[in-house]
Amino acid sequence: MDILFLLEKLILGVVIVAVSFLIGMYATLAERKVAGFIQDRLGPNRNGPFGILQPVADGGKLFFKEETIPAEANRFLFVLGPGISMGTALITSAVIPWGRPITIAGHMIALQMADLNVAILYVFAAVSLGVYGIMVGGWASNNKYSLMGALRASSQMISYELAMGMSAIAVVMLSNSLSLKDIVAAQSGWHWNILIEPLGFLVFLVTAFAECNRHPFDLAECEAELVAGYHTEYSSMKLGFYLFSEYINMFVSSAMMATLFLGGYQLPFVDSLGLGPNLLALIGIVALFVKIFILMFFFMWIRWTLPRFRYDQLMNLGWKTLFPLAIVNMLWTAGVVALRGFH
Amino acid sequence: MAMPPLTSRSKTVVDKHRTFAERIYIPAIVSGLGVTISHFFRKKVTWRYPEEVRPRAPVYRGMHVLKRDEAGAERCTACGLCAIACPAEAITMTAAERKPGEERLYREEKYAAVYEINMLRCIFCGFCEEACPKEAIFLTNRLVPAEDLRKNFIYGKDKLLEPAPGAVDVSLRQTGAVAKFKSETGFDHNRVYEAADAERSPHATDGRVEGSRA
Repeated sequence: MDILFLLEKLILGVVIVAVSFLIGMYATLAERKVAGFIQDRLGPNRNGPFGILQPVADGGKLFFKEETIPAEANRFLFVLGPGISMGTALITSAVIPWGRPITIAGHMIALQMADLNVAILYVFAAVSLGVYGIMVGGWASNNKYSLMGALRASSQMISYELAMGMSAIAVVMLSNSLSLKDIVAAQSGWHWNILIEPLGFLVFLVTAFAECNRHPFDLAECEAELVAGYHTEYSSMKLGFYLFSEYINMFVSSAMMATLFLGGYQLPFVDSLGLGPNLLALIGIVALFVKIFILMFFFMWIRWTLPRFRYDQLMNLGWKTLFPLAIVNMLWTAGVVALRGFH
Repeated sequence: MAMPPLTSRSKTVVDKHRTFAERIYIPAIVSGLGVTISHFFRKKVTWRYPEEVRPRAPVYRGMHVLKRDEAGAERCTACGLCAIACPAEAITMTAAERKPGEERLYREEKYAAVYEINMLRCIFCGFCEEACPKEAIFLTNRLVPAEDLRKNFIYGKDKLLEPAPGAVDVSLRQTGAVAKFKSETGFDHNRVYEAADAERSPHATDGRVEGSRA
């Protein structure tokens, strides 16, 4: 039984990491396609039909690029930086419930790596580590632009993470649990958290943009001012890791948003259809991924719409707007919970 | 006190305070998202070039062709008028004398052994075509393809000469004046070189042929 359990988790883990990589890969293509379409172009379409081999070509190119490490760089930290970035991007997905449990040969398999009872804390811990990848890489490069990028990333993190935590606390108040499985379970039917606290979703969405270092908050790599920010000195696959982890972060952030606010794998009407549990689980997985892809498209859509925020504007937004809004949302949620009667 | 305005159109800039709607950005962001998504579904202006060719004028001035006559002999006599007419100095050639037995290959007793156009110099003005007394060179609506070496842009006869069967149609670029000139069969250069003539040849120029500088 123990062996079976290990095997099950191993397979699940490999599948989740593989899917994360695959989606990260194709998110780069999707980004370029969306960019093209929004700018009245077609985007890459030379490698395979609709350019589907483009990410493979890009990856192959990065592998064969010369790898340079600046002479004055701290070699250990320089190599460690992209690893931290990629690692933290991947570990967050461990607590996300990908679907209802499926039953294979009388054996129930939970589609979640670990149902931590402090999953939200775990997510925030992992997310906070993510900025170390950028800081370490930027500092180790021994380049003023890299250092400024790293500095920006860390001060950016300080100003948005509080608001993000506050909006997540409101979710916890509604579901009365820190476990993501319970949070999703509490959103069955039409009890999606976004419908109860749209403000909380808005705050979380904006902070998620900052979290992923995505436009309009990509101050850490701000190519107009900082060359390429924290990864100025990086080349070859180490650069690839940084760029790639951004897309995996985007995927995991979208999955988190879908789980916390959009009902995760829940779809309001499927329970009344009387389908088998395995089919229901499959529909749940598809529903979750559709939600994730819509959010990822939104990430890209925003990127090609908004200009970058200035450094001080981000601080203003984080401290003076998002933080108060998150508190207002918390009070609102407290009111809702009080009206409902305590769980 | 204040400096007099330098122009009558100067305006005083007002530093107006932003309204609440402007300060929370959201209405502006939503309208911006509307703009970008409308572009997302708009028809794309891109031409997928090698598969999809943008229509060109029938008299487009593109890659040159060195014409053959009706019997398949090269029309060019290496007179060099095109090279003189060329404002970009893109054309060079080396003349050679036709040997007995080569009558099927070359229309007249002098021909271009080497004929090169540097496509990077060429400005596709069509002066060479205008200058040619033998109707040997024409611009076509074909494009000069991209190359990765500069030397590959120097087109020799291998690329310029039209294939023996499968003539390149240049009828649209032949003006009325050209057609009239061509129809005057009294001129030697307009004679159709036929197999029967081959026995009689090599016939010498009789001195009244224009364009022959030999």
